[in-house]
Amino acid sequence: MRRDEADFAVVGGGLVGTAVAWGLARLGRRVLVLDEGDVAHRASRGNFALVWVQSKGMGMPRYATWTRLSSDSWAGFAAELARETGVDVRFERPGGFSLALGEAELEKRVAQIRRLHNQPEMVVDNGFEVVDRARLDAMLPGLGPEVAGGVYCPFDGHANSLKLLRALNEGLRIAGATCLSSCTVDAIAPVAGGFRIDHRGGVAMAGRVVLAAGIGNARLAPMVGLRAEVRPQRGQVLVTERLQPFLRHPVVTVRQTDEGSVMLGDSQEEAGLDETVGTPVIATIAERATRMFPLLGRANVVRSWAALRVMTKDGFPIYERSAAHPGAFLVTCHSGVTLAAAHALHLAPMLDAGALPADFAPFGARRFDVPATA
Amino acid sequence: MFRRLPEALSAARVVRLVVDGEAVEAREGDSLAAALLAAGRVACRTTPVGGAPRAPYCMMGVCFECLVSVDGMGSRQACLVEVREGMRVETQRGARELGR
Repeated sequence: MRRDEADFAVVGGGLVGTAVAWGLARLGRRVLVLDEGDVAHRASRGNFALVWVQSKGMGMPRYATWTRLSSDSWAGFAAELARETGVDVRFERPGGFSLALGEAELEKRVAQIRRLHNQPEMVVDNGFEVVDRARLDAMLPGLGPEVAGGVYCPFDGHANSLKLLRALNEGLRIAGATCLSSCTVDAIAPVAGGFRIDHRGGVAMAGRVVLAAGIGNARLAPMVGLRAEVRPQRGQVLVTERLQPFLRHPVVTVRQTDEGSVMLGDSQEEAGLDETVGTPVIATIAERATRMFPLLGRANVVRSWAALRVMTKDGFPIYERSAAHPGAFLVTCHSGVTLAAAHALHLAPMLDAGALPADFAPFGARRFDVPATA
Repeated sequence: MFRRLPEALSAARVVRLVVDGEAVEAREGDSLAAALLAAGRVACRTTPVGGAPRAPYCMMGVCFECLVSVDGMGSRQACLVEVREGMRVETQRGARELGR
């Protein structure tokens, strides 16, 4: 039976876990990553890969600030990964759009984004602009007649999230971290000097433990005096054959990847752990995409899939230190790509310091204890 | 690389195609992929990412290596298209252009 010792054990080898782990390893910590293996739900393999700012933070301005910090940190993060691992994760921040089909959708969208930015505690200016059809035509190619306008945010971007996962794993390897797969965690027990973790591959002792196991956090958190009320939310995605570059700016539901494929998304469905693809949903996704860009109707779709977002009740992340066992931390969010830079470069140093700063209080799970106010 | 069996040569009627602007002879009943191979036009496209040449491979609609543009429509599987008199075929260089 294998026995490992580390300063930090990170449970979860997806984008959240590996970003945090890489951030800790780069500070010189001995890091152990315990990944469940391919029986896990793998949101990090099925996501849409946006680094997205414009819609984030309605109801929690602190989340808007955190998201923007990540967006602003992304270029440096990607450059460091490339330098260290040789993997270019193809981050770009050309500014992104959400598009409205018809005036009613546009009004609704603009009202939402104004409400978001008019919140009293909103300290960050995300520079959104409402773009009318005439200006849109100068920025996006071949728009369909129903596109009434859109919302543009200069801080929106995208990356290749599979290359990101690859780069983080390679970075961990280079930094001397231990990454174990097929190691479902059965028990975490606080012991003198840290935690004892029993997993399918053996036993690990770690000074601190970070739970970054996505949906699995719900089961693991109570073992260290934390709560993680998270549920799966299904999103479906279609991808076309590779096409010549035609779409420079990512649109929230249509983006062209660095290698030419066009990804079409995405649905928000409450379907439990069911990861099957359903024709009615992908038909709707394809229909809306071709109303935005009619020429996409001639492209061949080569794959479709469903993946499960890790959602809290209010949609915001939870970052929390266990009060009962202060060396244990919980990290969960549904934006593992967008927040990867913040997790690696900003959250990891907090975890290393052993505490979350006071202004992280809004991210605590205690917010779910009080009834929501209007 | 490939040549037709004598009995196939004598039996079928000649069908004329235009491949990348040049006249190419095929035989009635040929799949486009077979016609391209028989005409010595083995590399029918280049790959979108690496630019490597590709030729028809499985000849039965599975491998998607034989993608060509047929009468203005890109990414058609040449092995599943039967030749027709006057058909205009273009080899694909890299990724297909949207709308073509």
